[in-house]
Amino acid sequence: MADDKKRIDHPTGTETVGHEWDGIEELNTPLPRWWLWTFYITIAWGLAYTIFYPAWPMIRSATAGTLGWSSQGQLEGELKAAEAQRAPVLRAIAATPAEHLTGNPQLFQAAVEGGRAAFRVNCVQCHGSGATGSKGYPNLNDDDWLWGGDMGAIHHTLVDGVRNPDHEATRMSLMPAFGRDGILQPDQIQSLVAYVRTISHQRKPDAMALQGRDLFAANCAACHGPDGKGNRQFGAPNLTDGIWLYGGDEATLTETITNSRAGVMPRWGEKLDPVTVKMLAAYVYSLGGGEAKKVQTASR
Amino acid sequence: MNDLSNNPASLYEKRKAVYPKAVDGFYRRLKWSIMAAALLIYYVTPWLRWHRGQYAPDQAVLVDLAHRRFYFGPLEIWPHEFYYVAGLLIMAGVGLFLVTSAVGRAWCGYACPQTVWTDLFQHLERFIDGDRNAQARLAKAPWTLGKIARRGTKYALFLLVSVATGGAWIFYFADAPTLAHEFVNGQAAPVAYATVALLTATTFVFGGFMREQVCIYMCPWPRIQTAMMDEKTLIVTYKDWRGEPRGRGRRTATLADLGGQPERLGDCIDCNQCVAVCPTGIDIREGPQIGCITCALCIDACDSVMGKIGKPRGLIDYATLEDCAAESAGAPPKPLWKTVLRPRTLAYFSLWSGVGVAMLFALGDRQRLSISALHGRNPAYVQLSDGHVRNNFTLKLRNMELRPRLFEVRMDGLDGGAMWTADGSRDRAGAAFRTNVPADSLAKLPIFVTAPAGGEADEPFTFTVRAIGQDERDMTDAKFDRPAQ
Repeated sequence: MADDKKRIDHPTGTETVGHEWDGIEELNTPLPRWWLWTFYITIAWGLAYTIFYPAWPMIRSATAGTLGWSSQGQLEGELKAAEAQRAPVLRAIAATPAEHLTGNPQLFQAAVEGGRAAFRVNCVQCHGSGATGSKGYPNLNDDDWLWGGDMGAIHHTLVDGVRNPDHEATRMSLMPAFGRDGILQPDQIQSLVAYVRTISHQRKPDAMALQGRDLFAANCAACHGPDGKGNRQFGAPNLTDGIWLYGGDEATLTETITNSRAGVMPRWGEKLDPVTVKMLAAYVYSLGGGEAKKVQTASR
Repeated sequence: MNDLSNNPASLYEKRKAVYPKAVDGFYRRLKWSIMAAALLIYYVTPWLRWHRGQYAPDQAVLVDLAHRRFYFGPLEIWPHEFYYVAGLLIMAGVGLFLVTSAVGRAWCGYACPQTVWTDLFQHLERFIDGDRNAQARLAKAPWTLGKIARRGTKYALFLLVSVATGGAWIFYFADAPTLAHEFVNGQAAPVAYATVALLTATTFVFGGFMREQVCIYMCPWPRIQTAMMDEKTLIVTYKDWRGEPRGRGRRTATLADLGGQPERLGDCIDCNQCVAVCPTGIDIREGPQIGCITCALCIDACDSVMGKIGKPRGLIDYATLEDCAAESAGAPPKPLWKTVLRPRTLAYFSLWSGVGVAMLFALGDRQRLSISALHGRNPAYVQLSDGHVRNNFTLKLRNMELRPRLFEVRMDGLDGGAMWTADGSRDRAGAAFRTNVPADSLAKLPIFVTAPAGGEADEPFTFTVRAIGQDERDMTDAKFDRPAQ
């Protein structure tokens, strides 16, 4: 600023700051006073904020702030509040045996909603987000149950799991590997497959299937029943319906009979708290295949 | 250029203090009665009861935001019927067009809350501080104990009115007696206190201080109205052809007053009463202007002066610009009904009443039940052991009557289809089921639908709901998903 005298820009009546580039001068138009003060206030506000709240980075962690607030603490508080809100319902579910939960529609609905959330976390990995399962993992929406579809049975399956070798109450059964262990010869297995495909209406009865019928009576009927309708006591699937856990085509059936199948499910009773397991049972029951009471299947 | 830079025009105009003088007359009394009616409606409405039975609140007018219902006497509006409120707003808009094109800014002058409350505050001011001159004197007076006492009393009264104004508003949104009890005991919701505080503040500032500035600077309505007025619109007019030239303080002028010209003086004696009584502080003799809310108090003031000096009334009067032109040319003015009833106002009226009649028809014909079906998408279908296919739906049944009702839901158009509710079982599946829906509520009903596997991959069918014992029904389309054959 060479000259002390302030120059006035004539068209606007504004002072210039004294800078000039190629004849273009900068006008001195300061911020409005209120704006300036707002700016100062935000600075003061920002400083005060760093005193009250965690802000300044130190070597180990940031300053804690005089209010003692932390996002972790806030989350914990909110979780605690949510837990306290849910506690009465959870207590009521805990106090109700699984078999009787359906008798209280409101409580049952609450359990279904809780189970829906727990299912997303614990079950979708195998059974899928829509509980439709996949090869080897049962579809929980349908009306075909290996171990039973009433509340009590579903709950039992969940608590004790399927085929946990060192647990006594677990759902346990083992189908022999008829081919691998040399119980049946490959041609016998072929006729057995033909017979199974006949009773499930995928193949017309013929001589080969007829041969398989005798083999079935001798080797399979003990678990799957004389007419192949299965037995839930052993988790033996119904072989006459349209639903297959692994597949009902010739190749898959041959593979199943030759090498056996032994799907497993964890013992959720030791992994999850009892209320969550009960809510999971309610959710699975509610998917559409839930059975009102125990159905006699062994001799049907 | 230099002139401009030395003395730039200021864009800010300081508020001129307005101390409107008390006045009496026809329009003042009309304003009193409209003010009384408006305040009465505002304060009393939430306390009116309307018996609706045990399933709904018994407040005649209630905006129940928490439960998303709007009650107005025998009507109950659900959120999805909010278009009725839109219709009311359209009617209010067209109604304002109608009123404006017929009688000018009558809304501004008489019924607008800003006018009503400003009027109330100005009356309180006169009650404490005295009339116009006393108020002006007091404003200039030094801050003595007496002035402090008067100002304190005035602002306390203002605050009282403001709290009452803000306080009454919240009663439209909850059961008034309950809320009043909770409010004074400090148990009401924070939003109630916040609303009262906000409306108290706005009433206090708008009615106590900003007053005519709200009308002149803040409100968009005067600008819109000026676009809707024409030469056939009734406005408050100073008949300058009759009043001019003014003779200050005299009934007749001397020749000297007129610079020696032998001309008769006009009727206006320049007593300034029209300016003194004006609540927005304008001079109506300058012609129609944005500051004139057509409250007509200047008509009252001028008429009483004209009466005293023995001149005919109506120097300032409601008149159309067309009438003014006719009168000044010596022709008689048009009768009032011709001013009000003309093609333009009739067009607005038919539009306004058309919307009203359409809404009445829609209200009379509206359904008090409804059904919608939401298809379960994960999974879209389930194969059952007997070869059938199952789809899951969530039915939403609305019972909009204030009593529990038994509904029958039936499905049509799905070959071999059957359905059951989630709390039932497939053994009892059928083409229809009945269910109780609680009063005034929406029931969400998960249902299962089965049909044989053979068929269209996307088979359309319908759900119909019917109220047992009534012939109200509603239908919704749905699709049945199954694996492609």
